[in-house]
Amino acid sequence: MEGDIVQMGAYIGAGLACTGMGGAAVGVGHVVGNFIAGALRNPSAAAGQTATMFIGIAFAEALGIFSFLVALLLMFAV
Amino acid sequence: MAGNADVKDEGLVFHPMDQFIVEPLFGVGPVHWYTVTNVTLWMALSVVALLLIMVVGTSKRALVPSRAQSIGELAYGFVHKMVEDVAGKDAVPYFPYVMTLFMFIVLSNFLGLLPMSFTTTSHIAVTAVMAMVVFLSVTIIGFAKNGVGFLSLFWISSAPLALRPALALIEIISYFVRPVSHSIRLAGNMMAGHAVIKVFAAFAGVALISPLSVVAITAMYALETLVSFIQAYVFAILTCVYLKDALHPHH
Repeated sequence: MEGDIVQMGAYIGAGLACTGMGGAAVGVGHVVGNFIAGALRNPSAAAGQTATMFIGIAFAEALGIFSFLVALLLMFAV
Repeated sequence: MAGNADVKDEGLVFHPMDQFIVEPLFGVGPVHWYTVTNVTLWMALSVVALLLIMVVGTSKRALVPSRAQSIGELAYGFVHKMVEDVAGKDAVPYFPYVMTLFMFIVLSNFLGLLPMSFTTTSHIAVTAVMAMVVFLSVTIIGFAKNGVGFLSLFWISSAPLALRPALALIEIISYFVRPVSHSIRLAGNMMAGHAVIKVFAAFAGVALISPLSVVAITAMYALETLVSFIQAYVFAILTCVYLKDALHPHH
């Protein structure tokens, strides 16, 4: 057993930070699922709203990316 | 950093992050700001590809377009429609900037998919510069077009008065987080996808599971092709959203 406990904590923290990505997955799935639900009710309006869907995905994804950033910082910067 | 796991059996032994190492193109030594590295090479190649498609390919202006010309026209029409739809008609003067960003990112991403190539957009340094330039220019455009009125972006007049200071704080934070999320989204997606492919590639050295690994690499590669395009699209479309905020700050 060698290495220090700070590094161990950093690695465990990096693993825990990755759970935040699950939240982003739920968010993105919710956005796309609702888009498809709406698109099937009114297919003629769907084509004009794909850009809105991608913006929604991007914003939902951003929060998962922050958890990824925290994981990277713990792995390589701390 | 994460340490090489003691892989004792035969075959490919490499770290999945090895592909992102910046090294000088000629010889060895420290990397200075003027050193020609593999990043320089692949960025130059994506600029060359951009020139070939958009300048050389469309130079003949044939009535019946060649393949390169139709790709160029398709990309032009696609981005132009995006700028018009998302940012509004008065954002069309900024269309060349969005077009340049989109084409550079999409070509860098696609060139990065070639085996043995280097994905320039997987580096936070590259995307952070692009995101910071977008952030600064959007802020400058906002103040130049609206003056102090640009600050009404943070003061939401449709909300109840009691809530407005709290909302203003949130809006200001989210405004300054924009370049961070804008750059990390692209770099993170590209880096994660390529690292996953390399992780599966490491399993290909084990004879028992190598067929599964090859199938997984193929599937991930297909997904990465899609992600390469979508991330370039998302980068461009968010630039349009920020431009719209700068041109019309009133909610």
